[in-house]
Amino acid sequence: MEPGYYAEMDPAKRAMLLTALYMAQEQYGYLSREAMERVGRRLGMSPREVYNTATFYSMFRTEPVGRYLIQVCEGLSCHLAGGAEDLVAHLEDRLGISAGQMTGDGRFSLQMVQCLAACGSSPAMRINDTLYTNLTLGQVDTILQDLEGRP
Amino acid sequence: MTFEPVLLRRTSLPRSDSIDVYLANDGYAALARALRDYAPGELIGLVKASKLRGRGGAGFPAGLKWGFMPQSDGPKYLCVNTDEGEPGTFKDRELVEKDPHQIIEGAIIAAYAVGAERAFVYIRGEFFQGIKSWIKAIADAYARGFLGQNILGSGYDLEMSVHRGAGAYICGEETAMISSLEGRRGEPRLKPPYPAEKGYWGQPTLVHNVETLANIPHIVNHGAEWFASIGTEKSTGPKIFCVSGHVYRRGVYEFPLGISLRELLYEHAGGVPGGKAIKAVIPGGASTPPLTADQLDITLDFESLEGAGSALGTGAIIVLDEDTCMVDVARRSARFFAHESCGRCTPCRVGTQRAVDVLEAIEAGRGVPEDLDRLEALCHGISGNTFCPMGDAVVSAIGGTLVRFRDEFEEHISQGGCAAPA
Ligand SMILES: Cc1cc2nc3c(=O)[nH]c(=O)nc-3n(C[C@H](O)[C@H](O)[C@H](O)COP(=O)(O)O)c2cc1C
Ligand code: SF4
Ligand code: FES
Repeated sequence: MEPGYYAEMDPAKRAMLLTALYMAQEQYGYLSREAMERVGRRLGMSPREVYNTATFYSMFRTEPVGRYLIQVCEGLSCHLAGGAEDLVAHLEDRLGISAGQMTGDGRFSLQMVQCLAACGSSPAMRINDTLYTNLTLGQVDTILQDLEGRP
Repeated sequence: MTFEPVLLRRTSLPRSDSIDVYLANDGYAALARALRDYAPGELIGLVKASKLRGRGGAGFPAGLKWGFMPQSDGPKYLCVNTDEGEPGTFKDRELVEKDPHQIIEGAIIAAYAVGAERAFVYIRGEFFQGIKSWIKAIADAYARGFLGQNILGSGYDLEMSVHRGAGAYICGEETAMISSLEGRRGEPRLKPPYPAEKGYWGQPTLVHNVETLANIPHIVNHGAEWFASIGTEKSTGPKIFCVSGHVYRRGVYEFPLGISLRELLYEHAGGVPGGKAIKAVIPGGASTPPLTADQLDITLDFESLEGAGSALGTGAIIVLDEDTCMVDVARRSARFFAHESCGRCTPCRVGTQRAVDVLEAIEAGRGVPEDLDRLEALCHGISGNTFCPMGDAVVSAIGGTLVRFRDEFEEHISQGGCAAPA
């Protein structure tokens, strides 16, 4: 190992980076430049280094997303279960956006994601912290109606 | 075959995730026994004798890996791999959400055997429920004296903490996981040195999959001979299979290694909807080459699947019926790998993206005969030329499908697209 590799900074501090990024993302909604600078100051890292690490991980966002982030699994098992594509098409239709976009009012974002480890009860999708499985189009409508009714 | 489940024995009990239910069902008895009756070296001997092999995909003998951990006094670590990103796999999530103490107990015993002072649980960022389960279970284990200082009066101390990944499949690879735990980009490191030699912050680190660790309490409770009597000679013990795709009863099934694929699919999983025939079965997650319909009598163990040119992988079995388009299957795998390539080496980063482009063209009816040679050349260029084993996974998935279903690819090209029913 190169000399200084481990001594480059306090190990325990740097190991906090992912946790700190999650906290900042929760507070700001996404990792703005300012949020990353703050994290860097706390952990003694340059903003560039924080940015470089954060952008490696798909769950860290450098752009705002809707209040409800809808992520539909495009994995093989969900496709085979029938409906993963229909699900997305239906959501696109209902929300008036394409996968990868956010509604104008900032309420919904729609994304396609890889296997959610719910293949035994596919098709599956996630909205924020909740996993929905064995989905039908009817259920998707109910879920959306419920979310639309919330503040 | 009827088989009394071992690892999933408790998961159907109400509140199976609670420490009280665990304690009422033999929980932590193995830990007490291990700390009281075994020196660390004896536990390593026990696990070697059980012939337990890792359940995270590579199937490396667990006892051997424990033996690689140096006996020196410096800090040593254990990493509990809960990253479960291999498409088709959903067993670790089940274990964590429904019986987390079984994993914790196995982890404490493993840590004690190799002299680790800290255990890190690395969990996939998307497993919201699993993260909660882990945090609660670890707190409860601390409260009852199974973690922390002087565990059960043995003089052994172990701290355990949960670390959340953030959406990168590659972080399931052990060296990438260690990079991520250190707060870095989750890029793999060259092996050797193996983590057992230089892992977390350069210290010896034992990395295990959740299911591997769940087996440990049972080996301590019932003995290595009992464990080795389950399964085949080279693939011992119970295994959780994740069955998905075109079958009636999708879900997790626990059987001894060596159960026949046909039995698992037809007797237990209820066969294929609509009475359709099976075209192919992916036996071990998206990284393993598909088996063809004439291979359904194969037994599910490390050696038989390897002999058939595939692999047991994570035990994630994806069933594809006669109407499935194999070009589409390859295209989806390619998309997955292109998305998840960490970008560190060119053959994987560029090769997977090119494969996606070629496969999308073929699927859309824009393929030309030379495309198949191009795909083969791409696989050839990736094979053996990448920094981590993900390159091999790409070749297994894409190349493995092309080799076995080449006629279907050719048909797509000659007929200008997919003839399979949508
Ligand atoms: C690309 C890639 C992804 C991997 N993902 C996982 C994973 O999600 N979970 C896991 O336990 N092992 C995964 N592994 C295997 C680990 O590197 C390692 O072998 C395993 O955690 C060791 O545990 P075991 O011996 O108990 O199987 C992956 C390997 C590679 C190459
Ligand atoms: S093979 Fe792929 S995943 Fe592995 S290091 Fe290279 S680019 Fe990263
Ligand atoms: S393929 Fe969708 S959850 Fe696994």
